[in-house]
This record gives sequence, C-alpha cells and structure tokens, in this order.
Amino acid sequence: MATLQLKGVTKHFGETQVLKGIDLDVNDREFVVFVGPSGCGKSTLLRIIAGLESASAGDLVIDGERINDVGPAHRGLAMVFQSYALYPHMTVEENMGFSLKLAGTDKQARRAKVHETARILQLEPLLTRKPKALSGGQRQRVAIGRAIVRNPSIFLFDEPLSNLDAALRVQMRIELARLHEKLDATMIYVTHDQIEAMTMADKIVVLQGGVVEQVGSPMTLYHHPVNRFVAGFIGSPKMNFLPVEVSDVSASGVEVILPGGERIEVPVAGSGLTHGAALELGIRPEHLMLDERGPLAGRVQVIERLGGQTSLYLQQDDRLMTLMADGDVAHRVDETVRFGFAPRRAHLFDAEGRALESLERHPLTHIQRCDNRAS
Amino acid sequence: MQSALIKRLGLTLLAWTLTLVICFPIVWMVLTGFKTETQAIASPTLFFTPTLESYAAVQGRADYVKFALNSVYISLGATFLALAIAIPSAYAMAFLPTKRTKGTLLWMLSTKMLPPVGVLVPIYLIFRDLGLLDTRTGLIVIYTLMNLPIIIWMLYTFFKDVPKDILEAGRMDGASTLHEVCYLLIPLTLPGIASTGLLSVILSWNEAFWSLNLTSSQAAPLTAYIASFSSPEGLFWAKLSAASTMAVAPILIFGWLTQKQMVRGLTFGAVK
Repeated sequence: MATLQLKGVTKHFGETQVLKGIDLDVNDREFVVFVGPSGCGKSTLLRIIAGLESASAGDLVIDGERINDVGPAHRGLAMVFQSYALYPHMTVEENMGFSLKLAGTDKQARRAKVHETARILQLEPLLTRKPKALSGGQRQRVAIGRAIVRNPSIFLFDEPLSNLDAALRVQMRIELARLHEKLDATMIYVTHDQIEAMTMADKIVVLQGGVVEQVGSPMTLYHHPVNRFVAGFIGSPKMNFLPVEVSDVSASGVEVILPGGERIEVPVAGSGLTHGAALELGIRPEHLMLDERGPLAGRVQVIERLGGQTSLYLQQDDRLMTLMADGDVAHRVDETVRFGFAPRRAHLFDAEGRALESLERHPLTHIQRCDNRAS
Repeated sequence: MQSALIKRLGLTLLAWTLTLVICFPIVWMVLTGFKTETQAIASPTLFFTPTLESYAAVQGRADYVKFALNSVYISLGATFLALAIAIPSAYAMAFLPTKRTKGTLLWMLSTKMLPPVGVLVPIYLIFRDLGLLDTRTGLIVIYTLMNLPIIIWMLYTFFKDVPKDILEAGRMDGASTLHEVCYLLIPLTLPGIASTGLLSVILSWNEAFWSLNLTSSQAAPLTAYIASFSSPEGLFWAKLSAASTMAVAPILIFGWLTQKQMVRGLTFGAVK
C-alpha cells in the first residue's frame, strides 16, 4: 500500500521534450488512469515511475521517499506490459514464480504463493503450460498473476487490454476492477481508451503533448472539463463545438448568440468578458435533443441506429454535429430537423480554449468508483 | 502435368550435378587415401583394390591423436572464449545501442577483409615476445580474435529479435543484468547461440594459415598435420589424402550430427 508523488518530472529524448514538468499525487489504494492520445507521454511517464526510464529532472517519491536513484526491482512496483512480456521458455508457474526465485524464496513458499495467486485468477489448471499454449486472455491473466505474486506496493499497467478482442476487453475490465478491490492496492493504468479510463478510474489524468491537462474523477472530467481538449477527449461520441458571440454578462451566467441568431444564457462565470467577444460553445451529443422549436437546425447526413440509441449526424452550416437520440426516432437522411439543448448542459470556452467556470457543480463529481473507500 | 514432371526431373538432375561437383574433391580425396602411392598417380580410375597402406604409413610417421586433441582443445577453447566475450558485447550493442554501435559493428566486420598475412609479422613478433609461439593458448587467442567479429554479428542479430519487453519484465521482477542474460536472454536465443558456436568450432578446426605459421610441434592441430605430409619431392598424394581424410572426418561427422541444429539456428527468428 503506497502513495506516489511526482514533482516537476520532465523527460527529454535528445532534442525533443516528451514530458514537460508533471506534478501529480497518487493516493493510497487509488486507481489512477493516465489517458491521452498516442504520443502524449503517458507510457513514458509510466516507464519513469517503473524505473525503466530515468527522469531528466524532477522527483519521484513513494511513501515519502525519493526513489529516482532506486533500480526498478527495488521500488516495490510490478508492471503488466501491453505485450504481456511473458517468458516464453518458462511454464506459467515458472513465469509467476520468477521474481520469487530471484529474491531467493525457497521452493515451498514459492509454490504456495504461486498457487494461491493462480487460484485467485483461476489459472490453476494452466500452471504447467507454456505461454504459447495459452489464449490472449489467459496470457493477460498470467501477466497480472506475475505482478500479484510480487506483492507490490503499486501496480503499473501499460495498455494491458489493447491486444484483446472487444468482448474479452469488457470482461477483463470488470475483472481488473474487482481485483483492485480484492487486493486493495494502488494501481496506475495507462490507456488511450477513454471508456477504460471512465469505467475503471478513481482519478483520471489527461495528458497531451507532455503536459497534464486535467486531473479529476471521471464525473468531474465529464461535467467540468477545464479546457476544450479535455472536453473533446472525454466522452463518446465527441462533444460538438459551435462558435458563439457574447451578448450579455450577468450574475446568473453569460448570454450568447447561437449561429442561428437565438440567444441563450449559459450558467458560467463570465467576469472580464465583453459584449461581442467570440467564444466557443460545447455541447455533448447526448445532451442535444430533437425539438421542433429548437434554436438550431441541420440536415441529416448519416443515421446510425444502434437499437437502443440512434446517432444522427447533422450538417449545420459548415459543421457536422452529432446528436444522440432515442432508438425509435423516425427521421431519415436528407430531412432537416430542429434541435436544442438545456443551457446548463452547455460549456463555454474562451479563445485560448479554456473553459469558463460553471456556476454550479454537478452533484456527482465527487462520486468515486468504490464509494466505501472514498471516505 | 507433363511439363511439371520435366521441371522436377530437371531440378533433381541439377541438384545432383551440383552436389557431385561440390563433393567430388572430397570423395576423390577419400578414395585416394585407400590407394597405394603408385595407384594415386596412375591414370585416374574408380576401380582398384583398396588398401590401408597409406593410413599405416601416416600413423607410423606422426601421432594423429596428439594433433586431433590439439584441434579439439583449440577449437573448443576458442569458441568458448569467443562466446564469453561476444555475449556481453552483443548484449550491449543490441539493448544499449549508442550512436556509434552500427559503426563499431561495421568496423569489426571490416577487420575480416584484411588479408591475415598483412599482420603476420607483427603478430609473430608479439607471440614470440609473449612466449605464445607453438602453444595452444596462443592459437586459442588468435582464433578467438579471428572469429569474434562474425560471432558478435550473429549474436547481435539474434539478440535484436528478443522483445525488449521480456527483458524489462525481468528487470521489474528483480533480475540483475547477469540474471537477465543467464535466465532470459541465453535460454531464449539458445538455438542461435548454439549454431554460432558450431560455426566457430568449424571455422577454428579448418583454419590453416595461423596454425601453420605459429605452431611447430607442441600445439600443432590437424591442419598442420595434413601439411606435414606434403613435400617438394617424392610420392605423397596417397598419404596426404589419408591424413586429410582423418583430419576432416571428425568435423564432418560433427557437422552432420548437428546439421539440424545449425539450420534451425541460422534461420532462427526468420519466421515468428
């Protein structure tokens, strides 16, 4: 059980700077997910924590102790690799017991520990097999088992599910979440899949271009993104963006003029805004509603019927907007529809892409994945 | 159907012809060894009464076992020494490359382009001063140096194929560099290392230039043994052939027994 602090961690590869000063606190028994587009530095950051890369500057602190100069084996961490990285010439049992063997644990104790772990992961019937005789999901479980056997203070996962097929990925996601509760361990998980991030994390760290864009609970990121990047990255399908113009600023919010000329008041803090300033309005597809008297209109380009839900792709001026509607909408391609949204669901971003702060917090933003531990 | 048959027949014929051309000198050498000296220089014939006369003469003049043991010691010694140096070198080049790694590899290979005779005098003088002339140690050292570039190159390509993740997983599991090499890298590339070792044994066994120039009696291996039967005058072809047959027999048998391993090793990593 452990806490981790990163203080101003940077990393250069030659001329290029891939991490530009990362500050982060990971609390004990927290499930933290690093998420971001490829090349954002999330895997490098994980490898620096693991000790497989060294930081160019900054401090890594585990349980109050600076560990920059401690080798990967002595940091008390375990890592699960994207490629599983099982030892192909060893059986499952030898794979899982390798760290204990290196640590000089005697054969009996090693066997007991490996078998206990195998029982948790339902790997017992496979202990004598070699990795090549296992399916993808089984290999993944062996890789996790190898990490558990080490009894690490922090688990590190580097995109562990990206080599699995969709159905297995969902299943492993649930298993990992369960495992987190059972082991009660601190876990750091890297993924580019925002659904994995949303479903598993207590805390999400959104990275882009080597910079932390936002840190927060999944609901905080969803309801209160601090900038346009986070707003667009979290949520699927992506948030829609519209150019708007400020028409009035009051204590109850900022009134803006929509592309169609309609005015709406969004409840955000608008201090410093002037009349006529250009802003961007963000609204999630699931918050757009078909409404015959709605302020916006668009021509249906594509309809994707998922059964329970329908995605409508609407041409609105020169933009393509996405609207998630009920599964039973009867609209057809090329029809023009009117739509709108509740103003409190909208986000406003200034010219630099920063979000204007919402006047009311969403009630669920402090909800954690496991409520019993949140306190 | 017909053309396919002709094609197969043609290919088979070509393969046999090539094999015969390649094997002919060896076959002829073996046959000559079983002739008398007069038969050996008579007009070539495949039909003759085989005799062990030449073998007896050869055995009477020199102690085959002593030369053969020298060959075994020297080729195995040079191979183990070369592997002991090459494995760490190839590890460093494959997993901790620098800007100069590629250049270093090329430079090492370029030393193989130098005609050995170019450095004969300096090497001879160094060996003389160090007291290495006509010693097995001396030949082991020179063969190690001779084969090192090719061994490092081969191991480097085998090591390059080992996924980095596996070694990193080992490091996370608490493996030191030595553990990594012994528990992970060597078992994973064993077919490659084995075939590299076999190649080194064969190259060392067959090397003649340095063994002829740097040994006389004590450390002389089988290549020197063969050479001792050639002389500027007199009849020696049958004896020379008998000696050659005895010299190449062990390595031929060795190569034949390990050919599966060789092929597996040399194509190791080619198909994942």
